[in-house]
Amino acid sequence: MVDPIRLRDDEVHEEPAVSLDSFLDQSNATAVRIEAGEDARVLLPFLDRLSLIEIDFPAFGDGRGYSAAQILRESGYTGELRASGDVLLDQVSHMRRSGFDAFAPDSPINPKLMEEAIQRYEHVYQATSDQRPPIWRLRHG
Amino acid sequence: MNILTGNDLKTGDVIWWTGLDWSRFVKDATDVGDQGEAILHREEAARRVNSPYIIDAEQTDDGPRPGHIKDRVRALGPTVRPDLTLKPADPDAGEWVI
Amino acid sequence: MYQYDQYDQEMVDTRVEEFRDQVKRRLAGDLTEDQFKPLRLMNGLYLQLHAYMLRVAVPYGTLSSKQMRMLGHIARKYDRDYGHFTTRQNIQYNWIKLEDAPDILADLASVEMHAIQTSGNCIRNISSDQFAGATADEIADPRPWAEILRQWSSFHPEFSYLPRKFKFAVIASDTDRAAMRLHDIGIQLVHNEAGELGAKFFVGGGMGRTPMVAPEIRAFVPADELISYAEACLRVYNRYGRRDNKYKARIKILVHELGKEEYTRQVEEEFAHMKTLGLNPPVEELARITEYFQDPAYDKQASDDLDLSDPDFALWVDQNVSAHNQPGYAIATISLKPRGGIPGDASSKQIDLMADLAEEYSFDELRVTHSQNIVLPYVRKSDLYALWQTLDEAGLAPANLDLITDSIACPGLDYCSLANARSIPLAQKISERFADLGRQRELGELKLKISGCINACGHHHAGHIGILGVDRKGTENYQLLLGGSGAEDASLAKITGPGFTEDGVIDAIETVTDLYLEQREDGERFIDTYRRVGMARFKEAIYG
Repeated sequence: MVDPIRLRDDEVHEEPAVSLDSFLDQSNATAVRIEAGEDARVLLPFLDRLSLIEIDFPAFGDGRGYSAAQILRESGYTGELRASGDVLLDQVSHMRRSGFDAFAPDSPINPKLMEEAIQRYEHVYQATSDQRPPIWRLRHG
Repeated sequence: MNILTGNDLKTGDVIWWTGLDWSRFVKDATDVGDQGEAILHREEAARRVNSPYIIDAEQTDDGPRPGHIKDRVRALGPTVRPDLTLKPADPDAGEWVI
Repeated sequence: MYQYDQYDQEMVDTRVEEFRDQVKRRLAGDLTEDQFKPLRLMNGLYLQLHAYMLRVAVPYGTLSSKQMRMLGHIARKYDRDYGHFTTRQNIQYNWIKLEDAPDILADLASVEMHAIQTSGNCIRNISSDQFAGATADEIADPRPWAEILRQWSSFHPEFSYLPRKFKFAVIASDTDRAAMRLHDIGIQLVHNEAGELGAKFFVGGGMGRTPMVAPEIRAFVPADELISYAEACLRVYNRYGRRDNKYKARIKILVHELGKEEYTRQVEEEFAHMKTLGLNPPVEELARITEYFQDPAYDKQASDDLDLSDPDFALWVDQNVSAHNQPGYAIATISLKPRGGIPGDASSKQIDLMADLAEEYSFDELRVTHSQNIVLPYVRKSDLYALWQTLDEAGLAPANLDLITDSIACPGLDYCSLANARSIPLAQKISERFADLGRQRELGELKLKISGCINACGHHHAGHIGILGVDRKGTENYQLLLGGSGAEDASLAKITGPGFTEDGVIDAIETVTDLYLEQREDGERFIDTYRRVGMARFKEAIYG
């Protein structure tokens, strides 16, 4: 298991992430892990006590985690949002735009290449939870 | 007989394992017996072939004839454009496919 | 037509460099084929029967003469001198080398073209009406809306790993020339009671293994909510579309399994949330794009007269020339279905010629139709004769639009690794059997569609007569279907019975067309007679 790559300045959250079922049973967990098929909206009432949400990608072609991330950010979650599992260099940029700010890939990713991938596109067509201004806003102010 | 086929990684050409190397011509294909899996993994890892697989073929006077029509189309080229196949001058080439 | 600004150009240029880097890493072994495959698919690059195949996007089927010339250049420089126009208005090249692909994409980018998302489990080319902007029966040009959707869907971070591919079509008339109801999302532009323009959404259509006609999900979405509504539809699909079975992964299965009401409810709930997120471009953006789709500089004095004394010309005008919304002008369809030819294929020489003709006669613009033909949308009537003569010399003037030899055929087992049977030789033989133009005209509108496998890229479910190639114990076999339509009278064709050999299915088609001629009543097309008379009668004639 590789050390997560974090794009955040704050301290690494020490508490391990519990499963969604455990989280809903417990009253005091501050880190939770969502599997690909679980509903991120279940966490909406608890966002202000969560410091870490980990979302799993069982296969890089399973894109459900991108929607889960967006939903959490759209609802005001500001803690760490970590993509784990089959996370490869070529998906990192889309993950970043969907709201992820940490990555725990099964196989190591070169951090320099990751940074290049994230910076590659100077502009973006869509408004997503990363708050980058979409091209249509640049066109019309 | 069992033969190996795949595509050249860079060019996409259909290729056949000869025992030593990869050839564009199915007549050069060799019987890999039960060694097919081992060979294809090694060759794919070395990037000498892309997406290889083992197929069943019949040994004929003209050389190996793939058991499935799809691989015979791959071996020759599109039946509807003989000029683009590996045997543009052969009027019977399409018959071999079908 | 739309012109890129510096942002659009930068996007395609960056994409070229991104892909160049990905190819380099693949060739160096830093990426396995499994890891590389979705990346190359998102740039339209398949590994097919003979080589790599590149599918270049022609957004909503519109291209300029300059772009068409580049397509001819690519055919010559990188391929084997021809291209194939597809049932999604794109073009495919069958003999591409991986090592050339980045350079090809760079060449395309130099003329504002790309191969972005023409494959993969993502949002594909947005298709539209090939007569858009020229036809009298549209309420507005649908293409600005298609362009907004194209930009929104390109590199969408949330929707690049969907359960399966996703196809949009946008039209703006009651007449459906784009098979809109057979798309994952079909949009028809409509006016509301206040006279405002908006989008009617149909979701969950498609062909393939389980064909379905899309139900209407929402009667009206205003222009400034188009994107958030589309996002809502896609997000529900991305979250809940099936990922356990490739053959049940399209949105049509989700809509069918949830039921239209429940799917709609979930979309509306998501939409209510998304409306608050600032996702929608302002109406100024639609206005900016719409500016590019104004009428060309028509000659307002152009004559409406047409000299039809040349009988061959008259036949071509009657069949292949359609009415224009501008007096003195006409829409000309160039048939890529010559006698015995390969449907949708064009040589690089023919591609160049069509580019020249567009420049001379059609304000530089061409369209690709989902029936694999080419349209010149803005031709002066007084130019039609000269145009026709040139087309005729080049073998591009068969007067067979919508007749039986204007068939759709997928590439089939001659080219496609998914196919079970060859489709092109069948189309060629049918074209020869029915070559007599008098006979074709006697039969009238008859949409014949041929697929080489269940994936239905030849749209056989939507054929008045459909043919599906199957593998029957290792030999090619053909099922005959009747009664489908991809037009506004959308319906799914039904299988007649046991399958046939290649010759057998052609004989069966003759039996069916003979029965039509015998049974038809005033003004009925084949499809009308079939619907009135019913399958049983046809079945009896075929099987005895």
